[in-house]
Amino acid sequence: MIYQQLVNGLTLGAVYTLIALSFSLVMGILGILNLAIAELFMIGGYLGFTVVLAGLPLPLAIIAGMGGAAVVAGIIEKVGYQPFRDAPVVVPMLSTLGFSIILQNVATNTWGSDPLQLFDEPLGARFAVGPVSVSEMQLLVLGATIVLVALLGYIVQRTSLGRALRAVAENRDVARLLGVSASRLTLLAFMLSGALAGAAGVLIGLHYAAITPYIGVEIGLKAIAVMVIGGTTRIWGALAAGPLIGIAEVMTVAYGGSQVRDFVVYGLMIAVLLLRPQGILGGARTDRGQRV
Amino acid sequence: MSTYDAGLLADAGILLLGALSVYIILATGQLSLGNAGFMGIGAYITSYLTVIVGVPVTAALLLAGLASGIIGVVAGFPALRLRGIYLAMATLGFGEMVRSFFLNFDAVGGAGGFHGMTHISVGYIWAWAIGILLLVMVLERSRVWLEMRAVHDDETVAGLLGLNTTVTKVAAFGAGAAVAAISGGLFAHHHVYIEPGNFGFERSIDFVLAVILGGSTVAPGALVGAMLLVLLPEMLRFISDWRLAAFGTLLIVVLLVRRQGILDRSLFQWTKLRSRPT
Repeated sequence: MIYQQLVNGLTLGAVYTLIALSFSLVMGILGILNLAIAELFMIGGYLGFTVVLAGLPLPLAIIAGMGGAAVVAGIIEKVGYQPFRDAPVVVPMLSTLGFSIILQNVATNTWGSDPLQLFDEPLGARFAVGPVSVSEMQLLVLGATIVLVALLGYIVQRTSLGRALRAVAENRDVARLLGVSASRLTLLAFMLSGALAGAAGVLIGLHYAAITPYIGVEIGLKAIAVMVIGGTTRIWGALAAGPLIGIAEVMTVAYGGSQVRDFVVYGLMIAVLLLRPQGILGGARTDRGQRV
Repeated sequence: MSTYDAGLLADAGILLLGALSVYIILATGQLSLGNAGFMGIGAYITSYLTVIVGVPVTAALLLAGLASGIIGVVAGFPALRLRGIYLAMATLGFGEMVRSFFLNFDAVGGAGGFHGMTHISVGYIWAWAIGILLLVMVLERSRVWLEMRAVHDDETVAGLLGLNTTVTKVAAFGAGAAVAAISGGLFAHHHVYIEPGNFGFERSIDFVLAVILGGSTVAPGALVGAMLLVLLPEMLRFISDWRLAAFGTLLIVVLLVRRQGILDRSLFQWTKLRSRPT
């Protein structure tokens, strides 16, 4: 029983990790909370669903979700971030909120407000590994997350693009003096972050075999908590915090009742902010944020 | 005035109080994304007092405001360690925790909600809303507000000048929490039914939106923002299904064209006795 919960928690945690990484790419590099990520996740899920419902293969669904969300994220960067890059942090946050409202409305009008369901669950086969039963879908979620995180790790740590991103994160002005095109990089950061959110949306939509236009807010807010618990300046904190919260959540539901779940997650987030603002893994102190 | 219009007006009054609660905290440079939590605390305390204990509404509102103010001060102390977006995220977590708490707190109905309140009139709601708005506007002419603005502009300098920035910031949190609680109490007695879902993240965001759209440097900005937020979706009714998208677009356009909000301090210069060269 407990091993089964661990596997389920890991699957949920994998999705949290992807969205938290998506938040923390923008947060870590630009110090901006992009609230539209929650809805990019939802849009990605719907795009993936549309592809699967059209009878096309799963990898195509993930690519469609990632691509679509990345394009929308690019538009958000151009309209909702660039004009406000010198404004107090609350202004770009609210403009991304404007985009969330628009995206949710577009989804409701395009796909309807009732949940969209997959009747023949893709990859429904289950394997028994010792006492644990794992579905093919769970393996896909975990596998795809590992591949995406590795890919992101490669881009951020090993390419010149990644070095430039880290330079902008460290000090935007100095990076620009050294010849890094900051505006191109912020666009890239937004699009990468959108692609991750889109992938997470496809994965969780297929995993639950159902999706609604309102899935973004709940999971998105939870992912902000995961990002904070992992530490906002180091994007890799999410790798530890995602599975941790996923497992903690599944365990509280299994042994403590589903209602305490949110209380535990947000309580943990506040505790981390107050007691260990650099996140559970440590790193640079983060509480010297910009003033509102 | 039809019942429907009266309902809209009541919502605007309640939103005005919620917006003012954010405005007071924002005046010290702190952004709260969790004021719906204080609103929920106020709504539940007020309803419990009027329905179970049998206290008159006005007294219950004052008590709820006081209790929530104390909670705000207690919650505000640890929050002093956090700034900017980190404080905003912590308050977001606080709001979600309060919602989750009431979802599990069966003494006031838990997930099933709480009812039995007596309905109050729109006039009563607006008496509170205008009263508190005027109170804030009077406060804005005082030394206390100057100190709050000093903390907002540069906390270090304010501290070096001998101002007690800790007291100022925590007091602003407490005052904001009290106003949000009154807004919640009025909400509960207007809708005569409350459930934890009424006090979620979207509500906190509505408060912030009203302040930012109306203008975050003058108190009447909250009034303009609250009216706009309630009436705009009604005015956009002709595009039916797309009115939320239109609202989102308008929000972005207002931010692009007039970042400081619709009202700002320069519009209020003529009320000053001495006119300063700009």
